[in-house]
Amino acid sequence: MAADKIFGVHGAALQLRSERLGVLASNIANAATPNYKARDLDFDRAMEMVREGDDTQEAMSETMGYRIPLQPSMDGNTVELSTEQTLFAENAVQYSTTLSFLEARVNSITRALRGE
Amino acid sequence: MPMNVFDISGRAMSAQLTRMNTTASNLANARTTYSSEAEAYRALKPVFRTAMEENGLATVDVEQVVQSDTQPTRRYDPNNPIADADGYVWEAGVDEAAELIDMMETARQYQNNVQVLQTAKSLILDTVRMGK
Repeated sequence: MAADKIFGVHGAALQLRSERLGVLASNIANAATPNYKARDLDFDRAMEMVREGDDTQEAMSETMGYRIPLQPSMDGNTVELSTEQTLFAENAVQYSTTLSFLEARVNSITRALRGE
Repeated sequence: MPMNVFDISGRAMSAQLTRMNTTASNLANARTTYSSEAEAYRALKPVFRTAMEENGLATVDVEQVVQSDTQPTRRYDPNNPIADADGYVWEAGVDEAAELIDMMETARQYQNNVQVLQTAKSLILDTVRMGK
């Protein structure tokens, strides 16, 4: 696809970051639910799969795993807010970074089209 | 339609709000007196249940609100007009310290979900404005 060549890996990266945002939001939403098991996706491995030609949905479900808690709690919930909030913030910053790569690409193509 | 981050955090906020309302009811009814154990107020507790989606997303709903098994306490108070024949009244089965701790936890988790929503919203808006 032409759009893939223009945006390189950043399009897929943004999609994966966005999916991961939802997964981490799910963990934070379930911080008080007994027996809820926190989940996350292995971003590096998912990105590797996308580069090898898998689609993002497949890469996402393939690399999804359960978080191993630092200290198990009595109600069976494995959400540790310190971990989840740190990863959420990190993921948000990485999303912004990917977005700025994409924006730079869009801007340079627009400039090229205008012939400036 | 698949669930998005607004559904996830929004429903979690509703669930935490329900929990906050039960806490408010419990604290409002703490120390109220009754003439028998059976009619005494017992603390209400919401039961949280994960609502799963197949794509790895999950939110939380309040499945039901149940009465806790905190026992009402018997107190000798013969001057109380509703005291029984032996002069005892029953105080509502509410653990005030536990309720206050619950209230703080609920408030914190509500705030966490608001924060998630704000971050997600600004990222989505940045994406919409991309290239402009």
